[in-house]
Amino acid sequence: MAETSNYLTGVFEDEDVLLDAIKKVRNSGVKIHEVYSPFPVHGIEDALGYRRSRLSIAAFLFGITGTSLALIMQIGMMGIDWPMIIGGKDYIPVPSFIPVSFELTVLLAAFGMVGTFFVVANLKPWGKPKIFDLRITDDKHVMAVDLGKNNLDEGKISQILKDSGASEVNKKTL
Amino acid sequence: MTEERFEFKATTKRNLLIFIAVGVVLAIIGIVALNMGGGHHEGGGHGEEVEAAHHGFHWMQRVNANLWINIVFFTGLSLIGVLFFAIQYAAQAGWSAGIKRIPLSFGAWIPIGFVLMIAMFFIGGHDIFHWTHHDLYGPGGDEIIQGKAGYFYWPLENGSFPLFYVLRMVAFFAIWYLLFNKLKNLAYQEDLDGGTEKWYQMRKVSAIFIVFFAVSSSIAAWDWVMSIDTHWFSTMMGWYVFASWWVAGLALTTFIVVLLKDKGYLSVVNANHLHDLGKFVFAFSIFWTYIWFSQFFLIYYANIPEETIYFVERWKSSHYAPLFFLNLGVNFFFPFLVLMTRDSKRHTRILKVVTPAVVIGHWLDITLMVTPGTLGENSGFGVLELGLLFVFAGAFIYVVLNQLSKAPLFAKNHPMLEESLHHHV
Repeated sequence: MAETSNYLTGVFEDEDVLLDAIKKVRNSGVKIHEVYSPFPVHGIEDALGYRRSRLSIAAFLFGITGTSLALIMQIGMMGIDWPMIIGGKDYIPVPSFIPVSFELTVLLAAFGMVGTFFVVANLKPWGKPKIFDLRITDDKHVMAVDLGKNNLDEGKISQILKDSGASEVNKKTL
Repeated sequence: MTEERFEFKATTKRNLLIFIAVGVVLAIIGIVALNMGGGHHEGGGHGEEVEAAHHGFHWMQRVNANLWINIVFFTGLSLIGVLFFAIQYAAQAGWSAGIKRIPLSFGAWIPIGFVLMIAMFFIGGHDIFHWTHHDLYGPGGDEIIQGKAGYFYWPLENGSFPLFYVLRMVAFFAIWYLLFNKLKNLAYQEDLDGGTEKWYQMRKVSAIFIVFFAVSSSIAAWDWVMSIDTHWFSTMMGWYVFASWWVAGLALTTFIVVLLKDKGYLSVVNANHLHDLGKFVFAFSIFWTYIWFSQFFLIYYANIPEETIYFVERWKSSHYAPLFFLNLGVNFFFPFLVLMTRDSKRHTRILKVVTPAVVIGHWLDITLMVTPGTLGENSGFGVLELGLLFVFAGAFIYVVLNQLSKAPLFAKNHPMLEESLHHHV
């Protein structure tokens, strides 16, 4: 976290120009760090070449953790630690355990997903978000390029951004 | 957008008719086998038990019960087709513009379903519905059933002609068919006229159909399915039957869309539309399970004998227990686990396996609702059941494909077709 990097930020006025620019910039061999926009832009993931989010896998794993914990808890309490006959059922009446197991599955899956998302998206309480340009919450799209991760020099990249339609190009150290 | 028409080829027709004929032959073999004293009792039990089970049991009972299962199941599928179509309009859905003709065509079965059902009720009703027996009414009869008799016989005398019951059946089918016809004509008229006027009219008719179907499907479930177990009652039954019909109808719609797509039809449908249909099947398999469990769990937990009898007959009977668990496996665990990933819903290969399994699975579900109350331990799954299922499935598909061939496969003037083409999930 303590390390800082140098970025070039290209500011775009229009999402169509932006989508086009992403393709042009990537084709000219520049690696894009991230693109920020004030609203969802259709098809931007495809243009950036993002893989599908693996959040659903995390959800599944948290979910089965919840199911297992719920079943272990109920079987342990009701069946092993203090066996009791309730309503003429067995000591381990599996159908009776389904609602609690379902609830814990959903609870852990939901909490786990939100937690994972916060950590991955750097929204953890102790994290310091990188804000490239305040106008991304208003009306501007911003494309950030990490200079340290690109072989081309600053002037060249700046030129590529401008050629692809950026209204201004700024330098930012974060 | 160029028009696309489904061609109901002579070879397809012939194959379907052969399929139906095979079904008829199988059913006849099944009946002959039952009469030869074979059937499912051959393997087990000692002589006296078999004798006792056969006493008073006629093979016609098994034929009648299975005919009723198929009539209820396929009538349900045809109604679900119209309901799905109607919901797309009431919800102003754009994504489905290209596939709506397929569920709409299911509605062509409604009049056939009506004729079969009313004929079956009068011919084989005594084998299916315990409450139709006259000796239950009057002094020394069954008090519980007498308490419910008005629901069947009003305004006539208990045990006479079940006027209220028959009137309901006729009225429901008449209104369903009327609204289906209205929707169908408006949809076909839109192909010629274009514009958005027909769309607004269809939305209005759709809303009427949905509200009417919400009430009538529940009552139909009590009449056609729940009244078989006359002493028993469940407030979940309307939803339970509906959930079974609904997910089976969605699965059949998806299956037919996939098959048409494979044959090179439906150029307007892409992986995104299949994905949404797959999501429907996935989600409503879970919905069916939720309804199934809600009914089961309350009865299991409260443990009141007059309610638990329904599950004692199914779960605690060695005759039905395997089917009871198979029902949950094929209708919940199978679609739930297989359709969970995104890729499985976008590829026709997996959908082609899961959707027919779900359709057959819900036929089994209806079987489990009907047989314990009608046949008890005398039921079975043999060539007779398979044959009748073939006959009905073949006939249903024939009617649907015939209806599909009468109009273009998708509405080229649908105001939301363009939106559907750009559908992206």
